[in-house]
Amino acid sequence: MTVAASSPPSRLPLRGAEGVTAKRKARKVRERGDGALAALFIAPALLGFLVFLLWPTLRGIYLSFTRFNLLTPAKWVGLDNYIRMVHDPIFWDSLKVTVEYVVINIGVQTVSALVIAVLLQRLTQSAVLRGIVLAPYLMSNVVAGVVWLWMLDNQLGIGNEIIQSLGLDRVPFLADETWAIPTIALINVWRHVGYTALLLFAGLQAIPNDMYEAAKVDGASEWRMFWRITMPLLRPVLAVVLIMTVIGSFQVFDTVAVTTSGGPANATNVLQYYIYGSAFGRFQFGYASAMSVALLAVLSAITVIQYRITRAGQTDLG
Amino acid sequence: MAAVATTTTVRRVRRRPSLGRALAWTVMAAIVLITLLPFYWILRTALSTNSALVAHPGDPLPVDLTGGGFARALGLQSTEEAIAQGGSGGGLAFWRYLLNSVIVSTLIAVCQVFFSSMAAYAFARLRWRGRDKVFGLFLAGLMVPAIFTLLPNFVLIKQLGLVDTLLGIALPTMFMTPFAVFFLRQFFMNVPREVEEAALLDGAGKVRVFFRVMLPMASTPILTLAVLTYITSWNDYFWPLLVSYSDSSRVLTVALAIFRAQTPQTGTDWSGLMAATLIAALPMLVLFGLFARRIVNSIGFTGIK
Repeated sequence: MTVAASSPPSRLPLRGAEGVTAKRKARKVRERGDGALAALFIAPALLGFLVFLLWPTLRGIYLSFTRFNLLTPAKWVGLDNYIRMVHDPIFWDSLKVTVEYVVINIGVQTVSALVIAVLLQRLTQSAVLRGIVLAPYLMSNVVAGVVWLWMLDNQLGIGNEIIQSLGLDRVPFLADETWAIPTIALINVWRHVGYTALLLFAGLQAIPNDMYEAAKVDGASEWRMFWRITMPLLRPVLAVVLIMTVIGSFQVFDTVAVTTSGGPANATNVLQYYIYGSAFGRFQFGYASAMSVALLAVLSAITVIQYRITRAGQTDLG
Repeated sequence: MAAVATTTTVRRVRRRPSLGRALAWTVMAAIVLITLLPFYWILRTALSTNSALVAHPGDPLPVDLTGGGFARALGLQSTEEAIAQGGSGGGLAFWRYLLNSVIVSTLIAVCQVFFSSMAAYAFARLRWRGRDKVFGLFLAGLMVPAIFTLLPNFVLIKQLGLVDTLLGIALPTMFMTPFAVFFLRQFFMNVPREVEEAALLDGAGKVRVFFRVMLPMASTPILTLAVLTYITSWNDYFWPLLVSYSDSSRVLTVALAIFRAQTPQTGTDWSGLMAATLIAALPMLVLFGLFARRIVNSIGFTGIK
């Protein structure tokens, strides 16, 4: 996302200056014919880009201004879908539920990932441990959802067996309106935290070890080094990772679909699930598109704001 | 673990075994336990019978050891037998779904990586008018969340008459992702120009240079990207859910969700469900076993996904 701006486009002119004349001539002859070849090389990807990315994006925005049930042609209705959306309490509820999910999911995940990454860096550089923490990421959301649904089952789940053996009351995790969203948020932390931790770990690798050694000589504790060295220098990486994970988090769907189907009583009716229901349950593709556009707008705004606040593009690592 | 800690202490004199380190190792151990427990619990449940699971919910070992769960998930049991053991008796064409998942993931991983590397080469090393503009457009595509294109893409796939086909599932991500193009372009830019020029002076064409020089030199990132793409496609649920309606195009993730929804009269068939979960996840675990080091080390590079 951000790396794009810093990629070196200035490389080509520089290169031309240092080439040997004969070589340059040879290259010039070749490069004159590049247009046709480039067209051939770029064609499949460009086709895919135009047909399955650019066109659907524009079409999604267009459909949000129409009434469309998939069977009859889309009919232009202006802002009707957006007006309906603003007055739809279920939409606002699902937005609220989604935000609640994102806050818990991102909060717990970021802190845990940071702890894991620092432990992997300062305690051990073991590749085996890195492999282990990544393992849940290889499962699909469906698998993760089904497994935790079983482990957190009210009657038979091992989770509640443990809770009961500690002398506490059983928790109806996914069947309870209050607990369902935090539970789903934590299930997804389980699946994604290792991946996030490895991203941060990669960022930590860029911090020179000398800094820690020097601080240690000065008698600094690990705790102090974390706040004075690790956090400031990791900030740009952390910022990019945060933007990525927040955007991903807002798109939660699979886990909800597999574990609660939006219930109990709409308690887990996250935005993407509501959009899905509107389109494929009630065939209101226009309205579903309008909500998708709203989600897209929210995500774009968050990206811009986070990018500004966290100065994601700049590094303190001279 | 303790052994590892001691060797480090010996090697690096300044690092004494302290309360802090012991605490840190305890946290690490707890993290590993939480990470791995669900995997063990899948296996433990899959090897138990449903009736024994009800009687001994907290037993850490498989209860009333059986292969019935696996037999049910693979559709090897007769309907009566399945119902007697707590299954729904509903059919599950497991091998069909496995084959579908393999076809879709292979199609996406191979085509996407190949087409993306062609485009990446054109962006990195060929000279043509409008190159930077088109590349900027591709980069802008990174900003569109995948989920936004699902609805309109479904409408398109339906118009193309490809609903409920494997091609319909694969098509949208078969040609490229902006990320793949961007990722591979970075690698091609770093291949020394001299290598390419030497081949050109030897009379090789640019097409030949691409296949004989550039692709082999970038084989490591290309393979890594292919493996990651394969895993992503294998685990995808939302898009196949929209496109496939019947067994002919159903992939494992969707089948697993359906299996979970088919609750028999007696309560969920946890044993069969966990067996099915394990079988669905197994190919990815094997793939991870083969490429673990490469995947783990590549996470830093591929981070911007």
